[in-house]
Amino acid sequence: MALPAEKIEAFEPRITAFVCNWCTYTGADLAGTSRLQMDPNVRIIRLPCTGRIDPLFVIKAFERGADGVIVSGCHPADCHYTSGNYHARRRFAVFNEILGFLGVEPERLTFSWVSASEGQKWREVVNDATARARRLGPFDAFRALAGRSA
Amino acid sequence: MKELQELARTLLSSGTVGVVIGWEEGPRGARPAFITDAADSSRLIFDHRCTHNLATYLSPRRPHMARLGKAAIVVKGCDARAVAGLLRETQVKREDVVIIGVRCGGVAADPAGAKPLTAETVAERCPGCTAREPHLADHVVGEAQPEPPGAPTRDARIAELDAMSAPKRWAFWQAEFARCIRCNACREVCPMCFCERCVGDKTEPQWLESSPHPRGNFAWHVTRALHQAGRCVDCGECQRACPADIPLGLLNRKIAGIVADRFDYRATDDPTVPAPIGAFSMSDRQEFIL
Repeated sequence: MALPAEKIEAFEPRITAFVCNWCTYTGADLAGTSRLQMDPNVRIIRLPCTGRIDPLFVIKAFERGADGVIVSGCHPADCHYTSGNYHARRRFAVFNEILGFLGVEPERLTFSWVSASEGQKWREVVNDATARARRLGPFDAFRALAGRSA
Repeated sequence: MKELQELARTLLSSGTVGVVIGWEEGPRGARPAFITDAADSSRLIFDHRCTHNLATYLSPRRPHMARLGKAAIVVKGCDARAVAGLLRETQVKREDVVIIGVRCGGVAADPAGAKPLTAETVAERCPGCTAREPHLADHVVGEAQPEPPGAPTRDARIAELDAMSAPKRWAFWQAEFARCIRCNACREVCPMCFCERCVGDKTEPQWLESSPHPRGNFAWHVTRALHQAGRCVDCGECQRACPADIPLGLLNRKIAGIVADRFDYRATDDPTVPAPIGAFSMSDRQEFIL
């Protein structure tokens, strides 16, 4: 649901990013040291590998008030642990479709491969995820779950 | 029926097994039976009311079953896929179980009552079933059975949901999950929910709120669905056990569609086929990844 223009102006989405230590975190670090300007809405949580990112982390992020979530790690064939990202790819493919089937707007979830040298790409991922969450507005549907008793 | 009872008697009196897990006549229709004495073999039945998936009693999280000795289990074709699942994920050793397959012509949604099997009383998973002949079995008993009555309905319902907008689908599932009382019957009855300690029971940290609250209910149902991906054998037990009539079969069917489409995996009674989650392919589709 799109919000009126003035509300979009006032709303700052909160985005949680789960990233792997070896590629995306380093890529985000490169974006920082390169002084690339990007939206300041993303909080990064660093994990050893995308294979370590349990889909429950994403649910928890939404429960704690995230409007969008980014999951990012090494490109295929680049995993520090050889195959963690391949396992994650399968898991998140299923998770993504299940969330969609249960009615979570797909725009709230961003999956990406960002290598240690792709600071520029990290900026695009961040700006893109922020813009999409901004368009959708606050994730009130999820937040409402907290207030309602069954 | 005679054939099944005779086989059970032979297995028990020869000492091949300590218990035969099958069905018997109960006060409310068919119910699971645990026959440990050869003389009790005549209690065993099999008909369209035997809807329960008994493979759940092979799960290693039921240590009291192990005390009865080696088990022989009566399985329909769909149940055999659950036994295969337990073998595939090394929860059960093949030499520790004797599998007795029965030929199935569809089962009733409710094991109570002697009503004939019609399009109204049949379990929703049965019409169009392709697993009626048990392949994974040491013994197969019974005659070939007719096709189950009725026509499949779930795929049309899933297509309907897929065509809705995301907020509409959200509203649909929230209305369903709102009835959940978090009794965990769906988990307890499931043969493929074999974790020694379920993430839903963990308290430090608590991943899933355990009270019947919309936020915890959502997290639980997402998690259950995700953990069933590539495991669910579509035996329909979770939906039958659910006291709140949540259409878990619909969700399970959707997941089966996802793993079939993405990983070319379908629930099978061949335990040598690897589980799709836990394995991977270099060429898995990644259209959802930037």
